[in-house]
Amino acid sequence: MWGSNARETHPIFFHRVLKAVHRGAQLYVVDPRRTGSAQWARTWLGVNVGSDIALANAMANVIISERLENRSFIDHATTGFEAFSKSVARCTPEYVENISGVPADVIRSVARAYATAPRAVICWTLGITEHHNAVDNVLALINLALLTGHVGRYGSGVNPLRGQNNVQGGGDMGAIPDRLPGFQSLGDASSREKFEQAWDATIPAERGWRLNEMFEAMERGDMRALYVIGENPVVSEADRNRAEHVLAGLDHIVVQDLSLTQTAQIAHVVLPAAAGWCESDGTVTNSERRVQRVRKIIEPPGEARDDLKIVCDLARLMGHDWGNPSAQEVWTEVRRLSPMHAGMSYERLEENDGLRWPCYDENHPGEQFLHGRLWEKPLRGAPAPFHVVEYEPPVDELTAEYPLLLTTGRRLDSFNSGVQSGEYTSPLRRGETIDLSPEDAKRYQVSDGEPVRVASRRGSVELPVRIDETLRPGLAFMTFHFDVETNVLTIEANDPKSGTAEFKASAIRIEKIASPAHAGI
Amino acid sequence: MDLHFTNAQPTATERNAVDQLLGMPATAWEGSEQRSAGEQHVAHANAAPSYRRALLLPALHAVSDNVGWISEGALNYICKRLDVPPADAYGVVSFYALFSTTPRPPRVLHVCDDIACLANGAAEVCAALEGTLGPAGTGANACWLRSPCLGLCERAPAALLLEAGERHREEAIAPVTAAAGSAALQAPAGTADKNRAAGDEAAALPQAGSDGLRLLRRAGRVDPTSLEAYKSSGGYQALQRALDIGPNGIIAEVTASKLVGRGGAAFPTGRKWQAVAAETARPHYVVCNADESEPGTFKDRVLMEHDPFAVIESMTIAAFAGGCEHGYLYIRGEYPAALQRLDSAIKQARSQGLLGKNILRRDFAFDIELRRGAGAYICGEETALFNSIEGYRGEPRNKPPFPVQKGLFGKPTIVNNVETLANVLDIVLLGGAAFARTGTSDSTGTKLFCVSGNVARPGLYEVPFGTTLRELLAQSGGMNGDGALQAVLLGGAAGVFVTPDEIDTPLTFEGVRAIKATIGSGVVIAFDQSIDLLQILRRIALFFRDESCGQCVPCRIGTARQEELLKRLGERRPLGSNSQERALLAQIGQVMRDASICGLGQTASSALESAVAKFGLFQ
Repeated sequence: MWGSNARETHPIFFHRVLKAVHRGAQLYVVDPRRTGSAQWARTWLGVNVGSDIALANAMANVIISERLENRSFIDHATTGFEAFSKSVARCTPEYVENISGVPADVIRSVARAYATAPRAVICWTLGITEHHNAVDNVLALINLALLTGHVGRYGSGVNPLRGQNNVQGGGDMGAIPDRLPGFQSLGDASSREKFEQAWDATIPAERGWRLNEMFEAMERGDMRALYVIGENPVVSEADRNRAEHVLAGLDHIVVQDLSLTQTAQIAHVVLPAAAGWCESDGTVTNSERRVQRVRKIIEPPGEARDDLKIVCDLARLMGHDWGNPSAQEVWTEVRRLSPMHAGMSYERLEENDGLRWPCYDENHPGEQFLHGRLWEKPLRGAPAPFHVVEYEPPVDELTAEYPLLLTTGRRLDSFNSGVQSGEYTSPLRRGETIDLSPEDAKRYQVSDGEPVRVASRRGSVELPVRIDETLRPGLAFMTFHFDVETNVLTIEANDPKSGTAEFKASAIRIEKIASPAHAGI
Repeated sequence: MDLHFTNAQPTATERNAVDQLLGMPATAWEGSEQRSAGEQHVAHANAAPSYRRALLLPALHAVSDNVGWISEGALNYICKRLDVPPADAYGVVSFYALFSTTPRPPRVLHVCDDIACLANGAAEVCAALEGTLGPAGTGANACWLRSPCLGLCERAPAALLLEAGERHREEAIAPVTAAAGSAALQAPAGTADKNRAAGDEAAALPQAGSDGLRLLRRAGRVDPTSLEAYKSSGGYQALQRALDIGPNGIIAEVTASKLVGRGGAAFPTGRKWQAVAAETARPHYVVCNADESEPGTFKDRVLMEHDPFAVIESMTIAAFAGGCEHGYLYIRGEYPAALQRLDSAIKQARSQGLLGKNILRRDFAFDIELRRGAGAYICGEETALFNSIEGYRGEPRNKPPFPVQKGLFGKPTIVNNVETLANVLDIVLLGGAAFARTGTSDSTGTKLFCVSGNVARPGLYEVPFGTTLRELLAQSGGMNGDGALQAVLLGGAAGVFVTPDEIDTPLTFEGVRAIKATIGSGVVIAFDQSIDLLQILRRIALFFRDESCGQCVPCRIGTARQEELLKRLGERRPLGSNSQERALLAQIGQVMRDASICGLGQTASSALESAVAKFGLFQ
């Protein structure tokens, strides 16, 4: 489990992990903090923030130098091994111990355990992807799976744990700048033509923008209006001051959401939406690509309406009458246009408790392993490439002025910006704090509960200190669940390939608040 | 495990007490006060968490012995060291009567006011103590508490002095007077009479030196602190022979002997051993149940105090027969002298190759760990005892699975009472058939009876099965003074009252069954006419109410309703008529018999109902 505190962020999934741990599965956790998940691990690797690629490359170095790689799988199903092997040759465990902080002997033993396990899975979440080199981080982990053949087989694989019940489904339906539903390429004329015929409309051939690109466009003045569905960018964007400034300059903002979020509060029009899991019909798709039915059991309150109805009404107002389709009718269209969904009738979804794509026709059982083809002989499709990736430190540099590294994350009883969880009480919830190691609390002469000012190069916030033994000196932690504007501190250093900001690494300092007037914060 | 702690910290004393048991913590993650740079980047899981948790009870004892109670900080520290959730551990601490989660003075006198002591003036002692020292549980440096049976019934009324501190002290004071109790509580530290308990021990053995004793052959005659003395009186010949005849041979002899369990359930021992030996799951355990807590029972204490090596040797034979690698001897927390004797005996046996690897130079390894209970009657139930050893609340498990399949740590387990095991020595030496020639055809061998109450010579008596209750009482010198027999409680609080008309019943399993009674753990408490039986019944009802573990509803609620009912009748304020109350008592008893998980609830009404029926009470 790499860069994931699933104990708190994927608690149901983690119950299954725990069952396996109790049955003897070996859990290793790579995380700068000794999180709740890490405390269940056989070994916790307390990696320095942002040094994941170095650690992965060192593990690859051990696997290759001790000849533990799966040579027949590499020859059969991959490309680029020689170049990769050469690139990790200098990443010895001793060298990487200095970068990652993880002792060389521990790197060796975990690499051996991973390589020699009959079955091994790597799971990750935002600890891997909320970095300026997010995609390279993922590729570094994929390299390990390709090296050992832990992919495309029962009990193996590389699994990003999705943060919400339908993140996967959003991407599947084409909410990606260069894809049409079913991951069909926007650049491919024949794909476009199929959709144009079905929709009786012209589809622009050029790719769209990612969220970070939209913000850049808004900043430039190239984008003047924003339609936000189920997102709260005022709170969730890195460098909050900048995000608020950009949004305030727009001509028009429409927010469609369950509640009046901070973003809805600055919107020109708010469209109250139905809750997807109980007030509307349809499907969601989870981390294992399983398409599942959701069913409407109650009417949405007040003026709230189903997202589908809102979108169709807007289309009608814009001069396109799409009728009044049911969720099932829309799904039938998806099945017609997206080959990987073709076999998933509502009846089959119900019978099978959901099906995993690809599922090409009504006799297809769905694929248990996305990359099972890599084991087929002869190989079906293109071989999987190794990628040479190099360690790069986080963008926000630690200096004498900003000596502490702030990493952000989530807690068990709150969800993201708190829109859906803030209304509920929890005995565990302590509100926002700046979590410091006991050593740093001593060094900066602050005590548990004492309000302080936390400053980064971009802004500052005031909040109480919490002393947390799971942090080491130099490392601080905050969430963004509460009213404290955590993302005032974070850096908008985006990965050019994914558009994700480096939420996990900001340089900060702690300032004591001298005046007792601040004591109530 | 990810644990969440309060900010409460242990004192240096508490920390030391735990560290002395567990060793120093290796890293800050495990509780050390300083953390090194190295451990900020790596941590490893504790090995084998279930075995670590099994140190919870010893760790709690370590703190309690040192400080007298278990503070939140101490509990946090123990939990951090053992990887146990603090809320969970709190549930364990609060389960046991000898532990306290609120400040308790270091010196505490536990005064028994249970059945046998009540028949010998315990109520008067308690009243006098209350007069001089104040109510139970009060006092800054010392206090007294009422206690269920301490297993010192032959010297009733009894008390047990516990003193926490660096040199923790436990001392039986029996018989106790209010003056002796007060003096013990108020004496300056370190002035205890160490020999007092030992000196009085002979009182338990009125038959010492008589011919024909088997289980008590050595008791009171052979130095129980010396392995050499044990050996020269025939000790360890049985183990030698057991190793010669092999597991199958042992099991065949034990089966032929028709030995059945002496803890109360009378299950055939040979069948139990055979079942464990046949199980393929590993490891196998042998557990000696020395948690005798049935009011009026003290036989196992006397055996352990006076013949500890016999217990060790017979456990070793059981282990060899069942293929068991490891043994636990679980002794109740109120038996300091027996604990000390066993501890010394185990160490001596280990040092002479009678425990450990290559026992008697054979390819046979076995060792015994001592576990001390902390005041909970229910832990005498075998599966509750397993839970207690494993560091959980001592709540019985559902059966099946039975211990022979899934016992301690979920593994096949032989669990036997001390007296049961002690019989094995003669069975192995003489052969099962020869053993079975004593007693009757269905109740073979001899039986230990704990005779107490108003008899002239209370104590532990070994008689062949078939001896009548009248003969046993005669051996005990008959009634004390000029009292006449009113009733006998046979089998303890979970047993049955017997009338003077019934005392010609032969003491065999089948004989007592004919009068709907039970031999149980061999308790015989005789009451003369001066005893208020109603007071005894109320004490029995209170006992079950206190000792019900609370896990299952019929027992938790039933024992409470039953006690309230007896209280009403005692105060002559029945709810409705007396006959309605009698019907209610019968109903409560039926529900508990039908629906309780374990024997506690199933037998909690038997003594009360038998008294009501046989003595025509509450008409």
